[in-house]
Amino acid sequence: MSRPEIAVGTELPDRTFPVTRADLVRYAGASKDFNPIHWSDRVATAVGLPGVIAHGMLTMALAARAVTEWTGDPAALVEYQVRFGRPVVVPDDDAGAEVVVRGRVASVGDDGRARIDLTVTSSGEKVLSLARAVVRIP
Amino acid sequence: MTLDRGLVGRSYPPSAVHEVGRVVLAEFAAAVGVTDPVHLDPEVARAAGHPDVIAPPTYAVVVSLGAANVVLDDPDVSLDYSRVVHGEQRFAHHRPIRAGDRLVATTSIEAVRSVGGNDLLTTRVELTTEDGEAVCTATTMLVARGADGGAA
Repeated sequence: MSRPEIAVGTELPDRTFPVTRADLVRYAGASKDFNPIHWSDRVATAVGLPGVIAHGMLTMALAARAVTEWTGDPAALVEYQVRFGRPVVVPDDDAGAEVVVRGRVASVGDDGRARIDLTVTSSGEKVLSLARAVVRIP
Repeated sequence: MTLDRGLVGRSYPPSAVHEVGRVVLAEFAAAVGVTDPVHLDPEVARAAGHPDVIAPPTYAVVVSLGAANVVLDDPDVSLDYSRVVHGEQRFAHHRPIRAGDRLVATTSIEAVRSVGGNDLLTTRVELTTEDGEAVCTATTMLVARGADGGAA
């Protein structure tokens, strides 16, 4: 894989990740997060949610892919932070929800690190805020 | 219910050892959809300079959130667990987690705040190897939504 140019203002390729109920079940098992709001509409609506929502950490993981699959080196992601804003509501159908990730290089430091700011939306609404990744530049 | 600010700085004893295996890393990789063989194939990982397959960056939360339960189990921490949501997450990776790691988590309370009727609790988990090598610092903010239904 060729290395991308990393300069201030460089935009990452837009990524769209589908998220279905099956994905939530798989993530629950792999992460050991069995909170029923991620698989039971009954429980989700009882606590005031519109329906089953994705694990915030799954959304965070998908947004990380937009960075690591762009740089080509998952080990180069040295810092990563997000604030969870709105939930990603995942309907019980074959299409599920979509998480859309856009990214832009915000700064390149003298220390060989670059900061990438991410914009993460679902159904046109921002679901993560202050989403930032710091990557080591090879 | 308001959290006691005196909790800030409280730290808890190190966790039991968390052993990281290739199979669980492959399952986690599949669950987040990553296909880079550096997570799956030890030969590829070694060629990239790692002793064994490495974890996707957010795998650290599986270890750190498990460890941070020690805070929610603390009788002095009066959070209504049924109203708790994940507010923020931050990782500083000192090196990738990899198969074969024997990780120990040391949890402390970094901040306690009350905003708009919601209680905010920030925990910091230091993940090290059993031998004390720094691996990851995971910082988690939990939000306990106030009974008045304050936004989270």
